[in-house]
Amino acid sequence: MSGYGPEFQELIKKVVATRPARVEASRRGESFPALTMKEREIWLGKYHPDYKSDGRRAVEVGPNKGDVFPEEVSVLLESKSMLTDVEVNLDNPDYETDVLVIGAGGAGTAAALAASDEGLNVLVSTKLRHGDSNTVMAEGGIQGADQEGDSPYYHYLDVIGGGHFTNKTALAGAMTNDAPLIIHWLEKMGMMFDKLPDGRMKVRHGGGTSRKRMHSAGDMTGAEIMRVVKDEARNRTKSINVLEFSPAVELLTNKEGAVTGAVLQNLETHEYYVVKAGSVVIATGGFGRLHIQGFPTTNHYGATADGIVMAYRAGVSLTDLDSTQYHPTGAIYPEQNVGLLITEKVRGLGAQLLNVDGEQFCFPLEPRDVESACIIRECLDLGKGFTTPTGRPGVWLDSPMIDMLHGEGTVRKELPAKYIQFKRYDIDISKEPMLIYPTLHYQNGGLAINEFGETGVEGLLSAGEVAGGVHGRNRLMGNSLLDVLVFGRRAGLKAAELSKKSKKGKDTTLTLKHIEDFEKELKKSGITDPMVGPVVLPDYTPDHVKSRRWTSL
Amino acid sequence: MAGKKKEIKPLATGDKTIPPKGAKMIPIYIMGKEYLVPETLTIMKAVEYSGFKYVRGCGCRGGICGACATFYRYLGDYKLHTGLACQTVVGPDMVLAQLPFFPSNRPDYNLEGLESSPHEELRRLYPEVFKCVGCGTCTRTCPMDIDVMDYIALMKRGDLKGAAHKSFDCVLCGLCASRCPAQISQFTAAMYVRRLHARHEVPKAAHLESRVEDVKNGKYERMHKELAKMKQDDIKKLYVEREREPDMSELGKWMPEDKEHL
Ligand SMILES: Cc1cc2nc3c(=O)[nH]c(=O)nc-3n(C[C@H](O)[C@H](O)[C@H](O)COP(=O)(O)OP(=O)(O)OC[C@H]3O[C@@H](n4cnc5c(N)ncnc54)[C@H](O)[C@@H]3O)c2cc1C
Ligand code: SF4
Ligand code: SF4
Ligand code: FES
Repeated sequence: MSGYGPEFQELIKKVVATRPARVEASRRGESFPALTMKEREIWLGKYHPDYKSDGRRAVEVGPNKGDVFPEEVSVLLESKSMLTDVEVNLDNPDYETDVLVIGAGGAGTAAALAASDEGLNVLVSTKLRHGDSNTVMAEGGIQGADQEGDSPYYHYLDVIGGGHFTNKTALAGAMTNDAPLIIHWLEKMGMMFDKLPDGRMKVRHGGGTSRKRMHSAGDMTGAEIMRVVKDEARNRTKSINVLEFSPAVELLTNKEGAVTGAVLQNLETHEYYVVKAGSVVIATGGFGRLHIQGFPTTNHYGATADGIVMAYRAGVSLTDLDSTQYHPTGAIYPEQNVGLLITEKVRGLGAQLLNVDGEQFCFPLEPRDVESACIIRECLDLGKGFTTPTGRPGVWLDSPMIDMLHGEGTVRKELPAKYIQFKRYDIDISKEPMLIYPTLHYQNGGLAINEFGETGVEGLLSAGEVAGGVHGRNRLMGNSLLDVLVFGRRAGLKAAELSKKSKKGKDTTLTLKHIEDFEKELKKSGITDPMVGPVVLPDYTPDHVKSRRWTSL
Repeated sequence: MAGKKKEIKPLATGDKTIPPKGAKMIPIYIMGKEYLVPETLTIMKAVEYSGFKYVRGCGCRGGICGACATFYRYLGDYKLHTGLACQTVVGPDMVLAQLPFFPSNRPDYNLEGLESSPHEELRRLYPEVFKCVGCGTCTRTCPMDIDVMDYIALMKRGDLKGAAHKSFDCVLCGLCASRCPAQISQFTAAMYVRRLHARHEVPKAAHLESRVEDVKNGKYERMHKELAKMKQDDIKKLYVEREREPDMSELGKWMPEDKEHL
């Protein structure tokens, strides 16, 4: 029995009907024409969520006042603190620490380890469990130029070319320079890299690389990295104290605006904790769970842009935060696979995108942003998309073509994880097509930092997906895991240095003065009814439940 | 338009479940209490559909973090099942409880400077591993279909390589440990063994070692400085004209024409 019910089967017939001719054409080397540069521009402008003026507007307060962001981001940047108009006692900190790290994914854990290497005490605040993060979800790999025919020089060229030359060059330079150090650090910590018997790293090409430098650990590279760095941190309970389910909800500053600590909230007891710290590192990851314009996401449950909100109020400016990576092919069916990433490899192997009539409508290997625009156009503008029983629009990705083009068994051999993930729900993707729609994947921009992770606000550093500039407006696969570890370590080291210095006479009072100032600015801009931020956890309560909640929780 | 929250028409429906009209509703029992949910949802989405908001028991929502370990049975059936809530589809009369945390034994250790052989170190740190009674419950319990009992057996035998690879897919959900009559925390022992094996039994990457030396000597910082001084058009040219390593090249053998920047 197939996981696709009878109503799907009817429509799949249309896909099957056009398939032989399409496979024949592919064999002859024919493909659907790619868009011209001019067309790309128009389509992107009209349909890509990054360019559409609809659903985007200028933020009216703060360091980036006047810059245009998605509505969901702008509203959040204009949000007010949870601690507004409540009685807060900051006089007796619950924790005093040399370094406070906010967020325990890859970047935060790397920062904690680096500061602990310097002999300092580190307090780590994290929202869920240690390691529940986007880092754990990365499958593909991590880049690093360590083969003889490669070097950080070429890695750098690939990074800035891939980013359309919009990257901050100092950041791209730091990342590619440190890459071999990071791979070496992971090897030494006992990470199970894919290796040849003599110890040589098994590396591959990735999109946009000129040399093979994609390192992997099976198809769970991020999970392996995360569990290794977490395990190492757990060996250092003397210097690293991790507070799980206790996210930061606000920074604390001295009267001059330098960051001196933070307020955390215990999600289970709803107590607030006051932390006093010599320096603070924000490593809270991306914003996929804001579901910009309602898009599903590949991100983990806690990816809600909290770090951006807190740092913005403290005066950190944002770079490229209007640029979001939508992965063109996220699963939309079955419901349990929604948001699941379907790798580019599927199209690389010859699978085509088809509308509800089984017709092609775009070249399958356009750049990610263009491909996403094509799919959105087909569904929302031309109305030729499929709608799943749960109301999600989408198009077919005709995976059975792969075995027809490359021989029986290719799908199972080349895409084992995807094959299993669908097989679980009785869909054999080597015989039946998949349903897909663009999914919110990666936050390209973020907090502006320098190559040491400094944000420009004294005492405050940042690293990882929450920070921007490294990749410019487009990131290549495998450079994000690298980015988070490079800048995590760099920020940890710098935080240690600043913390040591701060012991000599820095004003370490704890105030919420920056919040008072920010809220004055909100009022002045006429924002009278701001939402409360940060979001902390997304809300998936269905309407039928909400309507019966007569009182607030 | 200051402060006005603009209503935007979503292009899709995020992660909130919108059941289709006429969807078949089935009863499930969340910690013993009955709720009606549309069929085809995962346990995680069914729990949210019922009105719960996760704090614990939910992480990646993609089957890799192990936060959502779940036990379930069906009414009228003695069999006990396990699964990841984000990956398992609800069925009629499913009675379920998540296990978001389970106490495990995890002694601290120093990966460097071992006092004895890796196998001896394992025995010293995790003596309980050697008391496995071979009941196979862990293997039946693992939602990742790992043969847990087998990797424990390999550990006992001193085949750390085998145990490291056998346990590689572990998502640290803790379900195996929750059911072990010998009170073993299989997954923490496996974490230790994987690091031990990769650090002490696998040959180091020699090419990486020498590249690290070059980096530490500032070789590439100098090159990056040169690049930083160049005009953008010249850099674009370098980018466009850079040589691409062929897909089929043998690792460590291929060399570019331009060797000046290696
Ligand atoms: C499905 C998927 C596949 C990917 N594949 C790849 C790949 O193959 N290669 C690659 O290089 N990159 C990949 N990426 C991107 C990469 O994984 C991430 O960009 C990167 O790991 C982010 O690391 P981070 O440490 O900055 O953030 P995260 O790993 O997300 O960690 C952030 C942490 O901060 C916590 N947090 C959030 N808010 C707060 C708060 N208020 N207080 C305290 N803590 C908080 C979170 O809970 C989380 O633990 C992928 C991403 C996804 C989602
Ligand atoms: S080995 Fe144990 S902890 Fe690991 S996935 Fe299986 S049951 Fe979970
Ligand atoms: S459950 Fe415990 S005793 Fe039984 S086989 Fe597994 S490790 Fe051994
Ligand atoms: S939520 Fe991560 S495995 Fe289910």
